[in-house]
Amino acid sequence: MTIRVLFFAYLRERCGVREVDVELPEGASVGDLWQRLAARFPALPTEPPKFAVNRVYVDKGHPLHDNDELALIPPVSGGNQ
Amino acid sequence: MMKSSYRVTSDGIDTAAMLAEVGDAGAGGTTLFVGTTRNENEGRIVERLEYEAYEAMALEEMRRIGDEIARRWRVIAVCMVHKLGVVPIGQASVAVAVSAAHREEAFAACRYGIDTLKTTVPIWKKEFYRGGEHWVGPCHAHGVSGRG
Repeated sequence: MTIRVLFFAYLRERCGVREVDVELPEGASVGDLWQRLAARFPALPTEPPKFAVNRVYVDKGHPLHDNDELALIPPVSGGNQ
Repeated sequence: MMKSSYRVTSDGIDTAAMLAEVGDAGAGGTTLFVGTTRNENEGRIVERLEYEAYEAMALEEMRRIGDEIARRWRVIAVCMVHKLGVVPIGQASVAVAVSAAHREEAFAACRYGIDTLKTTVPIWKKEFYRGGEHWVGPCHAHGVSGRG
């Protein structure tokens, strides 16, 4: 199955990509995809960011399906205004 | 049924238009929170800020916040707007307007709206200060460049 991965903010700048397509075996989870990405992009931090699949926050155990869109969500801008 | 509207925009935020949008003959109180860019952060002199969004999800998250407001409080209308791209110092980057029959609900819902927006809506802020730039987040250990 093919998963589209989106990079934002400092992750986009560090890795030098906005989006990549990743091939994964059926039944793979978000955590499996994160391991694959960490191997491919050494600039990714060891501590994973938050994840969203199809625009909804999920955890690492979330199962992926063909054509899902996974976004790596760095910490958002925070609240000190 | 609560009225609602959610937007991201590369234009300036028109707060008068937002107040008009949440206006209603049944409203006894309207609250408006406006977040503006500050000229200083953690001792650095900030020259401008730039915002980047995962737009489709940002709008969906704003809607989820609005849905939660509708569940928790008796509110007439909610409007949330976030600016993207460059925001010069002193200008609005985000605004939340809420109207309700009574001010208690309008204050509480507006407070909840902005506080939740700033923790869950996928919009990131890059600070350009004298001598460098960096992505702002709860964890300050990342994304620093050009320091010193």
